[in-house]
Amino acid sequence: MKNTMLSRTVRRFCRHRLAVASLVIFTLIVLAAVLAPVIAPYSPTKPSGGFSKPPNAEHLLGTDKIGRDVLTRLLYATRISLLVGLMATLISTAIGVVLGLVSGYFGGWLDRLIMSITDMVMSFPYILLVLVAAAIFEPGMWTIILILGFVDWPGVCRLVRGNVLSLRETNFIKSDVTAGMSRGYILFREILPHTLSPVLVNATTVFAVSILDEAALSFLGQGVQSPTPSLGNLLGGAQSLTILTEKPWLWLPAGIVIILLVVCINFIGDALRDALDR
Amino acid sequence: MLRYILKKILLALPVLLGITLLDYALMCAAGSPIEMMTGPRMTEEAIALKAQTWGLDQPLWKQYLGWMGELLQGNLGYSYKSYQPVSAIIGDAIGPTLLLMGASMVVGLLIAIPAGIYSAVHRYKKRDYAVVTGSFLASSIPSFFLAMLLVYVFTVVLGWLPSSGMTTPGTGGDWLDVLRHMVMPVMVLAVFVAGSNIRYIRAAVLEILEKDYLRTAKAKGIGRRRVILSHGMRNALLPIVTVIGMQIPMLLGGSVVVEQVFSWPGLGLITMNAITSRDYPVIMGVCLLSAVLVLVSNLITDIVYALVDPTIEYGKGKR
Repeated sequence: MKNTMLSRTVRRFCRHRLAVASLVIFTLIVLAAVLAPVIAPYSPTKPSGGFSKPPNAEHLLGTDKIGRDVLTRLLYATRISLLVGLMATLISTAIGVVLGLVSGYFGGWLDRLIMSITDMVMSFPYILLVLVAAAIFEPGMWTIILILGFVDWPGVCRLVRGNVLSLRETNFIKSDVTAGMSRGYILFREILPHTLSPVLVNATTVFAVSILDEAALSFLGQGVQSPTPSLGNLLGGAQSLTILTEKPWLWLPAGIVIILLVVCINFIGDALRDALDR
Repeated sequence: MLRYILKKILLALPVLLGITLLDYALMCAAGSPIEMMTGPRMTEEAIALKAQTWGLDQPLWKQYLGWMGELLQGNLGYSYKSYQPVSAIIGDAIGPTLLLMGASMVVGLLIAIPAGIYSAVHRYKKRDYAVVTGSFLASSIPSFFLAMLLVYVFTVVLGWLPSSGMTTPGTGGDWLDVLRHMVMPVMVLAVFVAGSNIRYIRAAVLEILEKDYLRTAKAKGIGRRRVILSHGMRNALLPIVTVIGMQIPMLLGGSVVVEQVFSWPGLGLITMNAITSRDYPVIMGVCLLSAVLVLVSNLITDIVYALVDPTIEYGKGKR
């Protein structure tokens, strides 16, 4: 039974040719990022050639203004950005799922409280909240992960709550209640699995958004701090007009990698939505 | 109707109160304003005196109430850097930001609504996929990267458009000049608005196209254009209104980045400057203002929704 469902999901997913292509590209990027220490030709933080050299045989994407290899830094930056996106997604999804389950299942004042907190976080301009938090705490990779994680959850929370509300009325949950199953069992063993696929689809969106947010924050200088490279701060280093016009190798590759990553994740998420739809 | 609006306002009040609390807590977490203003070289007595005149020796809840009292009279405090009142700083910046946001919203929706309808009407055809793919691309480009590309093309290569500021320095800055400066920032934000909205609008129109009354309208033979525009659009308006309301916080956030790249003299630029120089009263003022802005726009969305949707009961609300 489980097997046929899985194969059906895979079959439906494969109907989206763009998504399959995206999955391939995404996997390649992830592999390159994970294997960065093995495949990167130079050190990401130490100079290895002349200053601001255009792409050549030794440095495929050239070097930056203090002589570091751009390709190497790009690989490590992708690694950091993926890590930030993944961790932020995990944290926010965990918070959102738990709060959504509680809110939807127990209802009453608890539901109202959680929902008004959700409204509050949602109605705050997102980047602003993140920027303020980054200004108060020391900016850095883990700060960014925590901030994004603690800001991204309202979407998941609402999604799960809505699902729980409709699941609560189904016969199999009602029969669980009648049979005297414990609340923990009903919540985590019965309701949670049935709401997993929308959560998974939503997580792809959050993943994409987190990568974009990390890039924006680091671009503004409030995210991952140099010398640790991230896709955003590679671009942030290229804000001057001379770099923009004369040294495209310093900013184009990082931008292209971000777009590729986000587009691929979005396409994969969209195909997953179709494939998991019952 | 009036009761419905009143109820919505009453529901928004606790959220607003919560935001002021959060705001104040953040400001406290950021540290005492005296340290910020004077540095470590002040004597103990001088600090104590200053604390007394500012009421910092009072318990926190009293301070909060005092801050709220000032707030209700429109006093947001003074900037640590320029010593100007925060309300004046924000007042100067809010106009350009609203101009930017409004223009981007209009342009973005002018792209998104026709594209969404077109996509829905031609669903599951190549044209539909092209539009949807385009919207995915548009919502995947980081706004600052798009801004850099635009500057590269229109300022560096073509030399058509200015890349920073709102007016050309030295000139009076007539509306044509402002318009020229607006083109690129508006384009960036509009792509963002369009990218994130096309799919919502497509889904909304698709849902309505499958309704019975639309089939009836089609069966009457009044022509496809009239079916879609007069029967379909009116009903698709509802979800679209909600989507527009959801855009406001996102646009405010997006304008921070865009204003930074294009040196647009709005709220976003002020915020970034305040953040880099740790000017907390300004940061908090902007946060509070944007929260209020978002709440007000939510309220307006709810009201418009109620006006457009005949099935909402004004007395109860639909939640």
